[in-house]
Amino acid sequence: MSTGALYNDQGGAEAAVEAGQESTPTSSGSGAAFGLFSADFKKNEDLKEMLESSKESLKLEAMKRIVGLIAKGKNASELFPAVVKNVASKNIELKKLVYVYLVRYAEEQQDLALLSISTFQRALKDPNQFIRASALRVLSSIRVPIIVPIMMLAIKEAAADLSPYVRKTSAHAIQKLFSLDADQKEQLIEVIEKLLKDKSTLVAGSVVMAFEEVCPDRIDLIHKNYRKLCNLLVDVEEWGQVVIISMLTRYARTQFTSPWKEGAMFDENNEKAFYESDSEEKKGHTEEKPYIMDPDHRLLLRNTKPLLQSRNTAVVMSVAQLYWHLAPKHEVSIVTKSLVRLLRSHREVQYIVLQNIATMSIQRKGMFEPFMKSFYVRSTDATHIKTLKLEILTNLANEANISTILREFQTYVKSQDKAFAAATIQAIGRCATNISEVTDTCLNGLVLLLSNRDETVVAESVVVIKKLLQTQPTQHSEIIKHMAKLFDNITVPMARASILWLIGEYCERVPKIAPDVLRKMAKSFTAEEDIVKLQTVNLAAKLYLTNSKQTKLLTQYILNLGKYDQNYDIRDRTRFIRQLIVPSEKSGALNKYARRILLAPKPAPVLESSFKDRDRFQLGTLSHSLNSKATGYQELSDWPAVAPDQSVRNVEIIEAVKEWTPTVGKTKQPKSDDKFYSDDEDEKEEEGSDSSGSEDSSSSSSEGLFMYFTMQMFSSCLAAKYHFPRQPCLYQPSMVAVQVILSNSSDHSLEEIHIGDRSPASLSIHCFNTIERLEPEASVTVSMGIDFSDSTQAANFQLCTKEDQFSVSIQPAVGELLMPSSMTEQDFCKEQGKLQGMNETSATITMETANASSQAISKQVLSVANVGVVSSSQNNFSRFAGRTVSSGALVLVSLELKESSTALLTINTEKTVMASMLLRDIKQALTQA
Amino acid sequence: MIHSLFLVNASGDIFLEKHWKSVVSRSVCDYFFEAQERATEPENVPPVIPTPHHYLISVLRHRIYFVAVIQSEVPPLFVIEFLHRVVDTFQDYFGVCTEAAIKDNVVVVYELLEEMLDNGFPLATESNILKELIKPPTILRTMVNTITGSTNVGEQLPTGQLSVVPWRRTGVKYTNNEAYFDVVEEIDAIIDKSGSTITAEIQGVIDACVKLTGMPDLTLSFMNPRLLDDVSFHPCVRFKRWEAERILSFIPPDGNFRLLSYHVSSQNLVAIPVYVKHNITFREGSSQGRFDLTLGPKQTMGKAVESVLVSSQLPRGVLNANLNPSQGTYTFDPVTKLLSWDVGKINPQKLPSLKGTMSLQAGASKPDENPTINIQFKIQQMAISGLKVNRLDMYGEKYKPFKGIKYMTKAGNLCQFRLH
Repeated sequence: MSTGALYNDQGGAEAAVEAGQESTPTSSGSGAAFGLFSADFKKNEDLKEMLESSKESLKLEAMKRIVGLIAKGKNASELFPAVVKNVASKNIELKKLVYVYLVRYAEEQQDLALLSISTFQRALKDPNQFIRASALRVLSSIRVPIIVPIMMLAIKEAAADLSPYVRKTSAHAIQKLFSLDADQKEQLIEVIEKLLKDKSTLVAGSVVMAFEEVCPDRIDLIHKNYRKLCNLLVDVEEWGQVVIISMLTRYARTQFTSPWKEGAMFDENNEKAFYESDSEEKKGHTEEKPYIMDPDHRLLLRNTKPLLQSRNTAVVMSVAQLYWHLAPKHEVSIVTKSLVRLLRSHREVQYIVLQNIATMSIQRKGMFEPFMKSFYVRSTDATHIKTLKLEILTNLANEANISTILREFQTYVKSQDKAFAAATIQAIGRCATNISEVTDTCLNGLVLLLSNRDETVVAESVVVIKKLLQTQPTQHSEIIKHMAKLFDNITVPMARASILWLIGEYCERVPKIAPDVLRKMAKSFTAEEDIVKLQTVNLAAKLYLTNSKQTKLLTQYILNLGKYDQNYDIRDRTRFIRQLIVPSEKSGALNKYARRILLAPKPAPVLESSFKDRDRFQLGTLSHSLNSKATGYQELSDWPAVAPDQSVRNVEIIEAVKEWTPTVGKTKQPKSDDKFYSDDEDEKEEEGSDSSGSEDSSSSSSEGLFMYFTMQMFSSCLAAKYHFPRQPCLYQPSMVAVQVILSNSSDHSLEEIHIGDRSPASLSIHCFNTIERLEPEASVTVSMGIDFSDSTQAANFQLCTKEDQFSVSIQPAVGELLMPSSMTEQDFCKEQGKLQGMNETSATITMETANASSQAISKQVLSVANVGVVSSSQNNFSRFAGRTVSSGALVLVSLELKESSTALLTINTEKTVMASMLLRDIKQALTQA
Repeated sequence: MIHSLFLVNASGDIFLEKHWKSVVSRSVCDYFFEAQERATEPENVPPVIPTPHHYLISVLRHRIYFVAVIQSEVPPLFVIEFLHRVVDTFQDYFGVCTEAAIKDNVVVVYELLEEMLDNGFPLATESNILKELIKPPTILRTMVNTITGSTNVGEQLPTGQLSVVPWRRTGVKYTNNEAYFDVVEEIDAIIDKSGSTITAEIQGVIDACVKLTGMPDLTLSFMNPRLLDDVSFHPCVRFKRWEAERILSFIPPDGNFRLLSYHVSSQNLVAIPVYVKHNITFREGSSQGRFDLTLGPKQTMGKAVESVLVSSQLPRGVLNANLNPSQGTYTFDPVTKLLSWDVGKINPQKLPSLKGTMSLQAGASKPDENPTINIQFKIQQMAISGLKVNRLDMYGEKYKPFKGIKYMTKAGNLCQFRLH
């Protein structure tokens, strides 16, 4: 039986399973083994048969067993031909399991793997996005160099796919192809560049990941997408957030100037004052100082802050490191609370977070001091957590809190975990050297510990006392005597060596004891550890120089023992010491200086944190955790002295905004757009209210060519009008900005005006802040953002006052769901070429004669739709380009003037519903006067 | 990012491996085993271990090490958080996350891991999406599958992955619409020997079980939201609304999820609901020690303190303990020196006590430290911080759901009395 069992183990899991199935006990061991062997052989055969059978269920059963083999790390590669045939199966589960198998073994069976490729190529064209995506996923996971060109092609196509999910998959595929064949880098960068422009939150994380893997140095690709990434960040899935934040940290360090200029005059007091105040308010202060933060820099800080509330610890940590590396010093402390929160998470999370806090707390005690108690050690903590907490507590120690910390340390010394107790003693030593007020207290405490029963505690105390005495050797002969007495009872080599060194170093203070100790050591020399022997030799040499009368013979005896020691270090040292101290003919010159060499005053050791210079690594990284550079670590650059050109981050959309003034045709008008990104929401509000005063604004804006205006009275006491200012929405790029003018027409003041319930419930609205009070006859302009999701469905919501509520419905005209996009005529024609067929809607119209000039056409079209004019070289053509606000799909409008006043109006866009509505609106505008 | 995953059991066997890029030989785990041997306790294995060509990042849950193999720089928390998410998913699917459960469901495990990572980068980690892709195994389904030959891979495609609310399944239908919220608070405290509190903090979570048809939009408001000092949300919670109005507004995922975890501001003084009276002495020279421990309730607003469990690591010199509990049962493990006393419910009229003697190693000197005592307890229907849910409203759907809120207070992992 035992032999059988043995074979079972060797034969691996399949044999074991088999043995379980046919558990017929056989008397002869060899027979059983033979039987098992053949069963094993047959077993693979039967898997093959199962796979080749016509029954789906059998095939599935076989695949499940094969996956079981793979999971256990058993080799199942010989079944490759049988498995690969099932790649085109209709059964989804079977297909998925075949994929699992294929990805695992394709590398080993390259030729056979090629058989499956055509299936995937077909699936890449499937109308269902999920099938396309999964085909690309598997195709790109097959690590067969021959298919690199096919993969490249598939990636390029998928990157232009309409489905964001497929585009996301293509971003993942980029990394896979890159690791398979790095020569494709240039082409892949092109794809990355394209995908970076993508506005979908699904794609953002994955493409940044690809960027980091393939071309982390091409920072120039980020410029144009920086603001978009910042704005999308909150809505990206959590794993993508981590990657984007860490990339943006690197980016910001190359593009903005240091916000720490004022850091020189920054001190702890300042910081303390800051704790009380809310961070939001403080932000305004940066403006007063000569340093002005780049609005884009501020945008990043502002948009990452809410992520501190994420449930994902990696996201919180990455925001914390972003603030640490990028924020003005006084703002960094807002991350403290969140980091401390992470300490209640799993053990492994605690470990990493504590490491980072340890590094931070060296430079910035104040950040964590209020949370000192969170770092108190629990007896249930794992040892590495305990030592990290100890490290942090030591870093936080200062004159004010040292007594509390020392009291806490006292309980740790009594801990049953002796390694931890020893670490505590080290920590006490560090506190004692750092804070001179408590040095004596600590020293006394440590001396008391010398009578502790536990050896490791005593030994550690000796070592620490030695270091402390070195810093102030004057009046401590008592302690040295005490330690000399203890010497016989201490067996830990490091402690014995330390005592010997101390006695030797200060032998003149203990002239009577020192020779006696040497005598004892001479007796036990051969039985000692190497470090103890070395120190004995040292002690002997020093005594020989100071007290040769008593110790000459002893020294010679020890040197003789050392001469024949097994360890060559000790033999070396003995030889060296002998030449140095015992006068002879050869060693004349050096001999004179022996005393000065051996008994020179030695600098005291500096006790400092092992986290001292860990901040050379970016926080939160693997390299930081290991304190050594990991493969692929990207250095965080220093702030540039002068900020690089800021305008590189400007994007066309913002330029299009400048078409606010009714000058048609001139697209490029340089004008500061800083305001759009400036800090305070209030400021934005003010901007709006500047132009308000309900009556004027309506009249002035009706003059404005691009204004689309609607009015709505819905109650006797509160009147609201809304209009579309045709600005990009400040809250979220996918929202349409709406300005609402609220006026109180009743005779009493209204309070707490805010937005209540909305429908459909999923409708995302960026509400305005609650208006506390609106006096009679007064009016106020507020701006809000509504994501219409590119449909003209009305957004309904409740407008509430303290007493009452009214339902409001905002129905956008289709033209307001667009935003202008500026492009050249060539680009326009190119894009138009891509949107042919069912994406094209056209109609021939007969225009009012007054509208026949191109200026008039522009005026009319722009009054209906928020699009940009494309400058045209042909007189009979007028072209306009825009994108839908929510999904960013292109909308191209072109008008070809025919003879007399007929014209061909063409709209190209993938949003066909919008196209037909827009066509109707434009037609109406052009045919009527 | 994540190259491979190995699952290692307590005895150091690799029982599952999965590779997302090219195969990494399982010999890489030898470095892990080395570290495992060096560590005295299973918890002491360092979470990050460098090897010449790879880095191993591991988490320990349910006595299983999940060892991820990394080849280049990546935020370690990213990997750790993901591994914990994997464990949570397994637990969600199989009820428990044990070696046996994983081995029994190896195909589902493989399918899950395949969906959760693509090329080492997390793809779908929301349990609602995963459940649409791969149905959790139930006894009924397993039977049906064997008979009809159908599969546990979802036929539908994971539309949730594309929607604006990726955490919620589409097309949810229930006959009984119900939403339950559990407010669970944990006290972490260290009490010194004189009974005064060294540190004490309260942290809480709101776990929800929501079974509602369609796309409900819920709002939950508190009577005293100011108590919440530091919060972290499930991604479904609208952050802006919380900032502005301190109201939780969200479209919930289907099923069980953690809505919110919070920390109660440390300004509020925390009253520990139990106290300990103790007298543990070792006499020099004698091989006997006295042990006397009494528990009592404190400020529980009339609610009973239940499921009390006391555990203590006695000094190494203690050979055996001969104790007499006034209620409940106690055990003492002479090898690990762990004393645990299952008290049950504390009756304020008759306080539970544990008295007796300990025998010490003959000739050994008296232990110079007293042990620490860890206490666990539960109090039903009370949130110790005083947090109260004001109301729960539902919008977006017509039906009237059944709503329930439960409060509970319990001791955290770290409720500790120091007796020295």
